Amino acid sequence: MALINNFILSKFLGLCPFFGVSKKLSNAVSMGMAVIFVMLAATLISWVIYKYVLESFGMEFMQIVIFILVIASLVQIIEMTIRRTNITLYNALGIYLPLITTNCAVLGVVLINVQYEFDIVQSLVAAIGAGVGFTLVLSMMSGIRERLDLADTPACFRGMPIAMITAMILSLAFLAFGGMI
Amino acid sequence: MSCTSTNCNNCDSKKGTKKQTDKKGFLRILINGITNTNPVFILLLGLCPTLAVSTSLDNAFGMAWAATFVLLASNLLISLIRKFIPGVVRIPSYIVIIATFVTIVHLILQAYMPPLAKSLGIYVPLIVVNCIILGRAEAFASKNNLKHTLADTIGIGIGFSGAILLIALIRQLFGTGQIDMFNIQFFVIPGLSEYPLSIFILPMGAFFVIGILLAFFRYIGVMPCE
Repeated sequence: MALINNFILSKFLGLCPFFGVSKKLSNAVSMGMAVIFVMLAATLISWVIYKYVLESFGMEFMQIVIFILVIASLVQIIEMTIRRTNITLYNALGIYLPLITTNCAVLGVVLINVQYEFDIVQSLVAAIGAGVGFTLVLSMMSGIRERLDLADTPACFRGMPIAMITAMILSLAFLAFGGMI
Repeated sequence: MSCTSTNCNNCDSKKGTKKQTDKKGFLRILINGITNTNPVFILLLGLCPTLAVSTSLDNAFGMAWAATFVLLASNLLISLIRKFIPGVVRIPSYIVIIATFVTIVHLILQAYMPPLAKSLGIYVPLIVVNCIILGRAEAFASKNNLKHTLADTIGIGIGFSGAILLIALIRQLFGTGQIDMFNIQFFVIPGLSEYPLSIFILPMGAFFVIGILLAFFRYIGVMPCE
């Protein structure tokens, strides 16, 4: 999950933070940590809700509304808890937490767990794999972009276009992991 | 490549003549949505569905109308009830409204177009977190009246659909060597269809096409170079 079906490079989930936050390496790592944390918590809670509330009452069609509400409220709760308990962590993650609500990677991993009918352990492993893969690619990309700023790229490619081309080369490299299993 | 730019111009001028009798504000906002604030190429929002489902024209078309419908319905509703939503809980309210319409689209797709629903997969539910829709709701629909919201939404919808169809067209043309839509074949490039450049269908092809397109639009002066 972390390497072969990488969320950013082969499923295109979480592209907004991928291009938005990947300008500095330290920011990218903080964002990745926040995403792993929210993914795990969201997977756990939404799995329990799906299994014991939605499935037992036959309301599977409500999954989209329920999941997005779970993620949004979870992010809010985590933000408040961290602000009260650990101010250093809050300063590190603070501004990235609200962004996670609209990060498709979190909703994506929850929906994939439902689609493949994973049990609770498989869901959590999938969430960790997706989060680690996200963090890995995000930090690689920010490392490359820090150096790209110094490079002499053609004027029209500067900024976003060259970032896209870089993502393409990264994606090509990750394609090679496909043969591992 | 040159045909894409003329396509865009045609599209703008056609819209222009059709709506000329309307007031100027409506028209300006509408065209603004297609060109100056094009969601994909200028704002770089909603990249996930754009890149993920643009492997074939069928998928791109399905995603284009699904996203446009959700955008239209939710933004009009938000614009109507914008005075009743308290400022503190506006984002959760928008998300619930959008999620409701996405559920409707999801069920319709599964009921009437099962093959399309299957090939779009989880990207239909993921319209909920498409930044374009929430972004326009927050930036435009919550502050403007119904008419201007309608104009902005149609413009953004056309801009998004045009962008996703353009990317899908390029990827399908080079990736399979032929253009077909809904099982009707339009034309086949001899040679390329026997040995297609399947790199364009793979995920990396999407990054490549959008990167080149962005650079191209800057080169011909649609967007400023940095």
